[in-house]
Amino acid sequence: MAAAIALGPYRLAAGDLLAFLMAKVTGAASPLPASAETVILQIRLPRVLAATAVGAALAASGAAYQSLFRNPLVSPDILGVSAGAAFGAVVGIFLSLPVLAIEATSFAGGLAAVIIVYAIAAAIRGRDSVLVLVLAGVVIGALFGAGVGLLKYLADPYNQLPAITFWLLGSLAAANLRDLTSLLPAVAVGLVPLGLLRWRIDVMTLGEEEATALGLDTRVLRVVVIAAATLMTSAAVAASGIIGWVGLVVPHLARLMVGPAFTRLLPVSVLFGAGYLLAVDTVARTIGTVELPLGVLTAALGTPVFLCLLAFSRRPAWS
Amino acid sequence: MVVDAARLAVEDLSYGYRGHAVGRHISFSVDAGEVLCVLGRNGEGKSTLFKTVLGLLPPRAGAVRVDGEFTAGWNPRRRALTFGYVPQSGGGAFPFTVAELVLMARTAHRGPFAAPSAADRDAADKAIATLGIGHLAQREWLRISGGERQLALVARALAQEPRILVLDEPTASLDFGNQVRVLDAIRSLTEERGLAVLLSTHHPEQAFACADRVAVLAGGELLRIGAPAEVVTTETLRACYSAEVAVLPVANSRYRVCVPQSYLL
Repeated sequence: MAAAIALGPYRLAAGDLLAFLMAKVTGAASPLPASAETVILQIRLPRVLAATAVGAALAASGAAYQSLFRNPLVSPDILGVSAGAAFGAVVGIFLSLPVLAIEATSFAGGLAAVIIVYAIAAAIRGRDSVLVLVLAGVVIGALFGAGVGLLKYLADPYNQLPAITFWLLGSLAAANLRDLTSLLPAVAVGLVPLGLLRWRIDVMTLGEEEATALGLDTRVLRVVVIAAATLMTSAAVAASGIIGWVGLVVPHLARLMVGPAFTRLLPVSVLFGAGYLLAVDTVARTIGTVELPLGVLTAALGTPVFLCLLAFSRRPAWS
Repeated sequence: MVVDAARLAVEDLSYGYRGHAVGRHISFSVDAGEVLCVLGRNGEGKSTLFKTVLGLLPPRAGAVRVDGEFTAGWNPRRRALTFGYVPQSGGGAFPFTVAELVLMARTAHRGPFAAPSAADRDAADKAIATLGIGHLAQREWLRISGGERQLALVARALAQEPRILVLDEPTASLDFGNQVRVLDAIRSLTEERGLAVLLSTHHPEQAFACADRVAVLAGGELLRIGAPAEVVTTETLRACYSAEVAVLPVANSRYRVCVPQSYLL
């Protein structure tokens, strides 16, 4: 994190950072120029915190969806949650709503998407429920994507359209302290129930009937887990646009390393997700003179990693 | 609580899925310390009957009672503390270890947020030891054979510490030695712990090995119920399976063997 704060067009030496920190802690006058202080507090720190929180949120919600839908292939983006949340957020931007309201419309959109997808999968009781679930997610995601397209078409081309477009690419460039005040609590509120219910979420992976026979009230648990995961995804999408693959690849890697038990899977996914997105974001803004969109980079990294997992995974986790 | 009520009583139960009746007007009871073996051809609805008894499917008519008490309004937790269930297949698609999976049996014994206690782990370990599958405890669920999974699911049902055990074809994919071991384990646990056991099988001979009574389902109705020697007969097996089978005694044993007539000289 310290490295991520130090790196960037305005370089800060490690010693400077340490001195700044000491000064803040002791209350002494800062040894750095005012411009450096502005960079640290107004730009770098919010961005680093946002990257950490968004990465943790996406990875944790991905892990939760995978356990709940009993399928290591699902993730916020594949289930259409990201697209739904994006549509909700674009509606918010289109209507020029305040940040907190955009997060609320984003949550509503994400929740609507996951409910529709789940209802479709439940209504079509085919043999391959996993395939139906994934396809329904793709279809509903496309529908919400079309809705985003319509709003972009209708949006004010000088003001709203560029904002929507850059935001949709997935970027933390605009992250500021005000975003954090709604992002961090939403992530915390989402993580707490997942952490508390970790043992029961394991039982949910057995499926409806078996979990019920073991004494679980599956309806209540499903609603709580979906709400928590969707809240985190929506908050992440509202803060940074659609950043794909983190929710799919990170929990998958974590499961390969520590097994499927949620009591280990959740913390490892959170740590990996946070570290991964922080690293990728730092690369995205330092690699060239022009900053790369974060969503583009995660997709470019995630696709080969995922294909490798698919090809070389010795665990038959794909039934 | 009614003292002399049967542990498990199924009363005039009709079951099936929406718009599709599978079984009608089935009544039977199982006492504590008793094993009831259910026979019936493929698709006869044995699994549907079991799921309805467990409360996983709502009954179309009739009722299920435990110790005289109707189970209709029970929540999943109360059911899980009463019934242990061994499904035909289960365990999910994630690579949990056998020990982790057996430990899930203790879900109903603790609060919604609680981690498994030492007592929970102890119960799971004992169940694993009872089935003699200690060597599988740290193996991954997806990497063991179908028979090993079935043993693990029986261990899980025991770790629930239920009063009633419902086993849906518990020996279906077991090798010959494990079939004997599982049936013997069921028999001795029934007597030691006073369990009421409901199990289904496709081998009528197994009724002689472990059951006190046998129920035969045919055409969605209860064809016969009674002691194995009275029920497992050439006539009943013909009606049940449309097969000609001789039921032959074994010297110095209550066991009998079922041999297709065409195999006899």
